[in-house]
Amino acid sequence: MDINAYIESGILELYVAGKLSEKENQDVYELMQQHPEILQEVLEIEAAIVKLTAAVSPHSIDFESFKDKLKDTNTKVVDLKPRKPSWISYTGWAASVLLAGGLLWTLNNKNKVEEELQTVSTEKQYLEIQIEEARGDLAATKNLLDAIRDKDIIAVPLGGQGDYASTYAKVYWNKADNTIYLDGEGLPNAPEGKVWQVWSLTLNPLTPTSLGTIDDFNTDDNKIFAIANANESQAFGITLEPEGGSESPTMEQLYTLGVVASTP
Amino acid sequence: MTELETLVQQFQSKNQVAFKKLYDMYSDSIHGVVYNIVKDADIADEIMQDVFIKAWHKADTYSSKKGRFFTWILNIARNAAIDVTRSKAFKQSKKNLNSDYFVDIIRSNDNLDNSTDAIGIKKFVTNLGKKCKEVIELLYFKGFTQKEASEELDMPIGTIKTRNRNCIQQLRDMVL
Repeated sequence: MDINAYIESGILELYVAGKLSEKENQDVYELMQQHPEILQEVLEIEAAIVKLTAAVSPHSIDFESFKDKLKDTNTKVVDLKPRKPSWISYTGWAASVLLAGGLLWTLNNKNKVEEELQTVSTEKQYLEIQIEEARGDLAATKNLLDAIRDKDIIAVPLGGQGDYASTYAKVYWNKADNTIYLDGEGLPNAPEGKVWQVWSLTLNPLTPTSLGTIDDFNTDDNKIFAIANANESQAFGITLEPEGGSESPTMEQLYTLGVVASTP
Repeated sequence: MTELETLVQQFQSKNQVAFKKLYDMYSDSIHGVVYNIVKDADIADEIMQDVFIKAWHKADTYSSKKGRFFTWILNIARNAAIDVTRSKAFKQSKKNLNSDYFVDIIRSNDNLDNSTDAIGIKKFVTNLGKKCKEVIELLYFKGFTQKEASEELDMPIGTIKTRNRNCIQQLRDMVL
């Protein structure tokens, strides 16, 4: 290899400039090891470039002042350890979570209380209705009692007949206003498809006159029914008839019968 | 092993005394190259110091087989300086970058007055031909490749290489 030609090619100047490929750099490095002339050439080129470039620097910065900066960076690196989580931020987060939880709890509670209030309010309304009903019932009962206690009332007990000896009823007859009050407490509920029918009777000759059927017997609470009666009744009877009632009483189904004690 | 090689090895094992010696040898050069790119003394100060801090921290990535230590740190410096000139803030503050060549800076550099090399360097740049100024500016200060320089100067690649050789030869005659 022609060392001089290699040196004169200008490749070593580019080597110092840092403008050769990795492969070329390695070649130059190896040649420098083998040929002291090449090494010497490189050192001189480098020295010249170092001087030339240094001449452009407007001022020097000595190592002592630079060293402080190096330490600063080292300190900075130490400072870059994982940041200790601040207790303030943790406390902040904890407070937020507590606050959110508290709000939810309060909201939930409020809803519950509102529901309870609604229930109580409904119950109150229901009770008010019951009281109203009870008052109505009381008034009705008082009216009934007044009606039965009227001085013009004739009480007619109706006794059980034949197979139905255990049944009974009572009729309170107010002749002044042509009304009877039938107390059916002693009668059983009418079976399906049947109704109680009330009869007014004259005895000689025995003539039954229907006072009508009691269609709401089973559902009535006090089993007292006001029935108009303009007849000169001498007795009252109650028979069980097919729904809708019958023209004349079915005597086999005569449950109770009672004679009016005296005709005023 | 040369003295420089020993220094570099010590530097690589984080020896601060060796680091100081290398710094003293090359910091002005690095400063000069950076200053020629950014044309601002304060910014150049900062970049130059950053370059040496970076070199200190990544010392283990250097290998003498890949090139000269000076060349390694020169590359770091040029890249750092060019990065800064590309930043938005730099572009806004330096819209009219003065286009002086290194020779103009050297000619007006008062810092050189007390230096032993001053006379030789100033004489060199005064007498330096235009072609030499351009080639040295591009290859050493701006970090152009041979190919990039040949395109920039409209010269064949081979001519760049030999012309540069001649220019550096003149420099060596003046300053060594």
